[in-house]
Amino acid sequence: MYEFDWSSIPGALPLLLKGMAITLEVTATAIVVGIVWGTLLAVARLSQNRVLAFLAAGYVNLFRAVPLVMVILWFYLIVPQALKAIFGQGIGDIRLTSALVAFALFEAAYYSEIIRAGIQSVPKGQVAAGLALGFTPGQTMRMIVLPQAFRNMVPLLLTQAIILFQDTSLVYVIGLSDFFGTAYKVGDRDGRLVELLLFAGAVYFMICFTVSRIVKRLQARFSQ
Amino acid sequence: MAYNWNWQVFLQPSATGEGTYLSWLLEGLKWTLTLSLSAWVIALVVGSIVGVLRTVPNRWLSGLATGYVEIFRNIPLLVQLFIWYFVLPELLPVNMGNAFKQMHPLTQQFFAAMLCLGLFTAARVAEQVRAGIQSLPRGQKNAGLALGFTLAQVYRHVLLPMAYRIIVPPLTSEFLNIFKNSAVATTIGLIELSRQAQQLVDFTAQPYEAFIAVTLLYVAINVTVMFLMRALEQRVRIPGFIGGK
Repeated sequence: MYEFDWSSIPGALPLLLKGMAITLEVTATAIVVGIVWGTLLAVARLSQNRVLAFLAAGYVNLFRAVPLVMVILWFYLIVPQALKAIFGQGIGDIRLTSALVAFALFEAAYYSEIIRAGIQSVPKGQVAAGLALGFTPGQTMRMIVLPQAFRNMVPLLLTQAIILFQDTSLVYVIGLSDFFGTAYKVGDRDGRLVELLLFAGAVYFMICFTVSRIVKRLQARFSQ
Repeated sequence: MAYNWNWQVFLQPSATGEGTYLSWLLEGLKWTLTLSLSAWVIALVVGSIVGVLRTVPNRWLSGLATGYVEIFRNIPLLVQLFIWYFVLPELLPVNMGNAFKQMHPLTQQFFAAMLCLGLFTAARVAEQVRAGIQSLPRGQKNAGLALGFTLAQVYRHVLLPMAYRIIVPPLTSEFLNIFKNSAVATTIGLIELSRQAQQLVDFTAQPYEAFIAVTLLYVAINVTVMFLMRALEQRVRIPGFIGGK
């Protein structure tokens, strides 16, 4: 039988915390940029302007058709060259930057679908009322439709955030040391991969399970 | 930024001497499809069982099924894959673990990835099956029981035939997800599409051609699956229900 030896974990906790900070940084950036950019995409997709709607739909569908692993690799290819073109030589480690860009642009596609559904769930009379009161279409969207839409979407946006938090572990493919990458490296270094992987799984489970419980409570309160 | 485009790179004989670089892509496509489709079979079978168990009037069984769903949904796919591939062989009885480790590396990678992807997706399928069953009016189940069906017969002849037809659209998106998620297998070295993209970059130094080709193949899979599932959806939709006529 396998003999467990958990002794390499306590000493590695500072490293693991540093990794968790990167995981959270990528998650938070992708949530914020993803929601802002996703809102713009959703509004563009629903707009009367055919070209704008077509471009937004193309963006969303392309990102949703391609595996996240490929997207991360794509940006790891493009971002360094773009930075080089802008800032010249001598750029440090670009793995974090390219991961941040990849996740933000990728998540925007998923958020925009949630937000589009949220906007469409607002009764049409609200738009008509806004326009009748003399709001411009832009003001109607910003001050009447979006606030109501976001209220309905909070649980879905949070659920997507949990999925995103789990997906950030995929930065492993470009060798970025997020929480999971650090756990793997420590386990590999100490020959204790079994313990470190189980530990990482348990930590992810506890965080995601707790947050999903909170989301469920919120959902129950919103639907009252 | 002058980049030398060279699409003919795919026709060049590969560095290992076996076929062209195009044949590497096709090899990758083959493994992506094999992995995804076999994992989908596991996902449908296990997902249906777990989904049904979540709705049965037995606390113990439904609790067990809920536990399954929560565990598989709240741990990242990559972590699950590494646990299947690196941890499980160590925890098995020694001779079984060794037998696994002595298999061909490709076989090991494939089995770990297939089980992982199948059981991961099963948790999602289970949620859809449960939602499908619970969306049916309670009268259907009661009517079945009143007519003298056993509970198993009610599920087999009344609830499931309806539920499956209702959940075709959400199952389509899970089916699409399984192809995309199969790219995670690149991390344990399985030579599926995204692995081949990275290999082509290393061997040909034509990264954009390789990535564009692989991206287009994923889009092609996506479009094909969507097309087929739409056709299925139209065939099985139920008159009077959402999306039905």
